[in-house]
Amino acid sequence: MADPMRIRAQAAGDKATVRVLMSHEMESGQRKDSAGKLVPAHFINEVSASHNGKVVMTADWGPAVSKNPFLQFVVKGAKAGDKISINWKDNKGESRTDEATVS
Amino acid sequence: MQTRRETLKHSAAVAGLLATTGLFPQHALAYNKAAFEVKSLAEVAKALGAGAPVESKDVTIGGPDIAENGAVVPLTASTTLTGVKQILILVEKNPAAMVALFNVTDAVEANFATRAKMGQSSDVYAVAIMNDGKAFFAKKEVKVTLGGCGG
Repeated sequence: MADPMRIRAQAAGDKATVRVLMSHEMESGQRKDSAGKLVPAHFINEVSASHNGKVVMTADWGPAVSKNPFLQFVVKGAKAGDKISINWKDNKGESRTDEATVS
Repeated sequence: MQTRRETLKHSAAVAGLLATTGLFPQHALAYNKAAFEVKSLAEVAKALGAGAPVESKDVTIGGPDIAENGAVVPLTASTTLTGVKQILILVEKNPAAMVALFNVTDAVEANFATRAKMGQSSDVYAVAIMNDGKAFFAKKEVKVTLGGCGG
């Protein structure tokens, strides 16, 4: 199981900036190991974000997103105390969901 | 290397599982594999069913002029246009141009930041695909001193 995400959501006015750091190898499938064999691709390909349980944003990613991906986006109408949850799925079917409270 | 058949079977199984748990977002578009395999802006737009991309000053791409480490290049994409359906980030000279695709809803601003891998110096693009299928882009050149795709 992958490590938890680090999520920070800060309210400013009537919107909140959400910053997420995920813990994932993001292996591109282009790299070779010391024996010259291709390392199979292993990357997050779907991300979704919810605000108080309602999906506000989904994203499709390719293997070109960096290792331990960073993501920042702005949720309109979010205020302190609201819940932001982030879910990712990778190409091997693993997934993880974490939640944070807007501050 | 997974065969196409296995991949299809696999994703069908995953989708089935998610559907039963009720986690599957109803309006989410299926993961567009084709769009992540093509090599140029025009082809990506085509794979997503959008029109030919037009350069626009209402779309902004942000990133460093020179990236010392191609494995971690911070890029931002935003637009002031309304009626945006998707925001894309592309790196032209990567093995597959598209880095990320964000499906925009009314509840989020069309403003995203992430980090991308870049194999070599290249133009990077932010693309806004509108609800009516039009595509607008902005581009910027990022020089990479150390490639980030390994091998």
